[in-house]
Amino acid sequence: MIKKFTFPMGGIHLAKHKVTTDCPTVVADIPEFVSIPIKQHIGSPAKIMVSKGDKVRVGTLLADADGIVSADVHSSVSGEVTKIEDLPGASGYEEKMITIKVEGDSWEEDIDRSEDVEKEINLTPEEIIAKIRSAGIVGMGGAGYPTPIKTTIPEGKKANILIVNGIECEPFLTADDRLMVEKAEQIIMGARVLNRALGIQNAVIAIDENKPRAIEILTALSKLYVGVNVKICKTKYPQGGEKQLIKAITGQELPLGKLPIDIGCIVQNVGTVFAVYEAVLKNKPLFERVVTVSGDGCKHPGNYLVRIGTPISSLIEQSGGLDENVHKIVMGGPMMGNAVVNLSAPVTKTTSGILLLQDGEFTKKEASSCIRCGKCALACPAGLRPFAIKQAVSFNDTVEHMRKLHAGDCIECGCCAFVCPANIPLLDYCKIAKQEIRKK
Amino acid sequence: MDDSILSNVYILGGIAFVAATVLYLVSKKFAVRTDEMVIKIAEALPQANCGACGKAGCADFATACARSDESSFANLYCPVGGAAVMQKIASLKGYAATDRAPSVAVLRCQGSCKNAPIKVEYDAVSSCRIANRISSGQSGCPDGCLHLGDCVKACKFGALSLNKETGMPEVDTRKCVSCGACVKVCPRGLFEIRKQSQAGGMVYVACRNKQKGAVARKNCSKACIGCMKCSKINEVIKVENNLSYIPPELDADTFGKDLAENCPTGAIIYKERIHD
Amino acid sequence: MLKISTNPHVQTSRDTQSLMLDVVIALMPAAVAALMFFGIDALRVILTSVAGCVLFEYLACRYWLKSKNTTTDYSAIITGLLLAYNLPSSMPCWMILIGCFMAIIVAKICFGGLGKNIFNPALVGRVFLFISFPVQMTVWPVPYFLKMVSPDGETGATTLRMLKSIDVSSSATSKMYSLSDLPSYLDMFLGNVGGCIGEVSALALLLGFGYMLYRRVITWHIPVYYLGTVFIMTAVLYFLTGEAKFLPLAHLLSGGLMLGAIFMATDYTTSPMTVKGQVIFAVGCGLLTVIIRAFSAYPEGVSFAILIMNALVPLIDKYAIQRCYGEKK
Repeated sequence: MIKKFTFPMGGIHLAKHKVTTDCPTVVADIPEFVSIPIKQHIGSPAKIMVSKGDKVRVGTLLADADGIVSADVHSSVSGEVTKIEDLPGASGYEEKMITIKVEGDSWEEDIDRSEDVEKEINLTPEEIIAKIRSAGIVGMGGAGYPTPIKTTIPEGKKANILIVNGIECEPFLTADDRLMVEKAEQIIMGARVLNRALGIQNAVIAIDENKPRAIEILTALSKLYVGVNVKICKTKYPQGGEKQLIKAITGQELPLGKLPIDIGCIVQNVGTVFAVYEAVLKNKPLFERVVTVSGDGCKHPGNYLVRIGTPISSLIEQSGGLDENVHKIVMGGPMMGNAVVNLSAPVTKTTSGILLLQDGEFTKKEASSCIRCGKCALACPAGLRPFAIKQAVSFNDTVEHMRKLHAGDCIECGCCAFVCPANIPLLDYCKIAKQEIRKK
Repeated sequence: MDDSILSNVYILGGIAFVAATVLYLVSKKFAVRTDEMVIKIAEALPQANCGACGKAGCADFATACARSDESSFANLYCPVGGAAVMQKIASLKGYAATDRAPSVAVLRCQGSCKNAPIKVEYDAVSSCRIANRISSGQSGCPDGCLHLGDCVKACKFGALSLNKETGMPEVDTRKCVSCGACVKVCPRGLFEIRKQSQAGGMVYVACRNKQKGAVARKNCSKACIGCMKCSKINEVIKVENNLSYIPPELDADTFGKDLAENCPTGAIIYKERIHD
Repeated sequence: MLKISTNPHVQTSRDTQSLMLDVVIALMPAAVAALMFFGIDALRVILTSVAGCVLFEYLACRYWLKSKNTTTDYSAIITGLLLAYNLPSSMPCWMILIGCFMAIIVAKICFGGLGKNIFNPALVGRVFLFISFPVQMTVWPVPYFLKMVSPDGETGATTLRMLKSIDVSSSATSKMYSLSDLPSYLDMFLGNVGGCIGEVSALALLLGFGYMLYRRVITWHIPVYYLGTVFIMTAVLYFLTGEAKFLPLAHLLSGGLMLGAIFMATDYTTSPMTVKGQVIFAVGCGLLTVIIRAFSAYPEGVSFAILIMNALVPLIDKYAIQRCYGEKK
């Protein structure tokens, strides 16, 4: 019996809906136009380095990181820059984007396009981090925190363990699962690259127990490499949350207000680790990623290798198109993803899935009055009391009170709103409370 | 028998005496000294505790008035009570009453269901704060009214109501005391407290959309497209980020009609008299 | 037209109605036991009580609150069932309806309806009847197993009344009991004793408890801590004093303890919301129950204990805060 790891506080069990587990990743068609936002990460938008009319190739730098908390943006296609202006993103709000008209598919010369797995790492940690920075890599699990900052260990701190997050606990999504099955060796090499950059010999690849193929392949491969191990985690949402994963793997709780590095942990998503491998050993900047297109309204669900900037509508077209039964399109997973308003919005570095949902299971239910069952507090993986936060928000309580309720420590996983028998949108209230706290 | 009645009387009487002494001492010791003036001013105030004056409430405002000298008194104004109340307070203090033009809240958006057709359906809690977080809204205008009525809930004077047909909040100018609660609560900053002109009129741009003209028009037929026509009529009017703003100093009685008639989309609203 | 909504985009299928329906199902074994021991009279009490509660709730929603009809969430049925289970089978129908009125209108609707009441409605109804009609509320027909009507209308005492009166020599009015008068533990467990129709069978109530745990309607904390506290307290008293009236197992199996601990103390609305609070609440209920049973004039203390603790729930909710992630232990 293999030991399975998990976190003890809160959490819920969700229906998996992982219909695309066995669909091999397909290279998506390159559209006629791509629109690449200059801010796909947390931090300041990148500085635009091209102008209208410029010819670019695949991998050409479009925008340069502006400051430390920022990330480079590269072209994902070859062609001509036609527009640099504000265009509506997935939420309908405008963002600055660089629009490129696609002509052919010519790549920058220094990108190694061969399929062979590179196994030699001769670079120093500083060189590795520089390569990660110039490839514009950000956390691909969803938050989009620039990776070079995470891999640079601050003065006086020490890393002990690198946790590669292969949990993917959201329903429907299988992009990380497919990546682990198809690019297992590359991921292990990526973990070794990061190990070297961090100066440690201890990487743990954490995989959810409902991914037997990935577990099998990675466990077998990890035996060949020193310092890389596979650990199996129980299927429980939100096991893939950073704090929950650290608790499961190391047994330690991240103290309030501390960063993972403060207790020697570094957590990276498998997609990010793969991008690190490609950037460091193949010279390939981050300009494409695996996206799951699925949902009960999707005719041909599948996993696609998509160029960043590809419109969502083009991806939907390739997986069978929209029909009138689809009532909601979600970017990301059904628990933490956002509803899409604008179908011409592009796929970004943090888009893990596009879900086409029909009415029924995924329709918001009407809220009724709270019956004080306390299930939200029981399900909260952060140990908060969502019902109290909801009350504080609806009674316009002071920010101090909200802070006392630890509303700022909410990880926005949505467990509270999921379990609420009265269908109260508790997460919305928690988000408002967080916003109020941040405003102060 | 008599004994027991008497002992009851003694015990209860004793307790009453002790309690009364304690109460007396406590009330002496912890008495809150209040200024006569503060009480008098507070009596004159509307006691809505809305915070429109910038103070924490009516009591706070009364204290500020009582402590003010002639020059700082001129900066204090209760918009809810208006000139009448300020006159009363001024006479109590013996200062000259501050006079301010009456003002009213205006909604700077005309994105009704007709002008700005709904393109996506909003299916979550009825709260503008939440709707504003997740998307640009039903019409697609990122600066337009969300029709969910946070302002109506925030108004303590019943001056706002949601028109069911247009989906827009409407200001009852007679009830509005320009306390500014709606200005604070609207996540898109659509409300503005504007002064009335001498004749009681008003002219303002009823749009906040900063998108380019063509995009703005696609979202809403009454959007400001930044055509600069209004700034040619009077150069005080500035057009920034494709959006015009008419400063409150502009004399509505003189220019209002001209501005409204010349606006190609009807984004400028002119009312000869605010109370129609 | 596309919809926009906030995440999460999935919600559980376990809504209020489904949870309440599970409670109703969990209460069914006790109804079967009641029918087996008290025949047609038990059926009359249950039907009157449930019908009364649903009717009052319907009327209140329709004509008073003018709100949506809330009888469809089954909570009125639960109140009706619990009230019925707390009454002797000989209770007249009109008195039951008064109890229903107190439970639904006074204890629930007056406070604002489901989720807003402070006190458990069924218990308020029961205590009101208990104080108003003490005679009718303390006549306990002797169980008549598998006979539809009571063969001779015989009445007897509950186990708790017997326990209370053991060794009490000075009281002139109460009949004296000795240890041998007590029913066997097996009878207490199965329910073949005098008492309220729903509380007699510990077995049936435990079956319901198991079902609620299996369906994750409630967690185990309140019932286990409540029963545990009562057991430990009575055991301590029993060994300290040696008096038979503290027989721990008899206390555990008799009276309304099982019904109270499993179904009434666990009522969502009137119990604390965090596990920590629930433990405090349950231990408090247990202590009060034993104190009332042992030292007051009443033989039974479960209803009063739960009602008193209900009043403390807002306070418990304020101070019993669970540790949040990353906070020091």
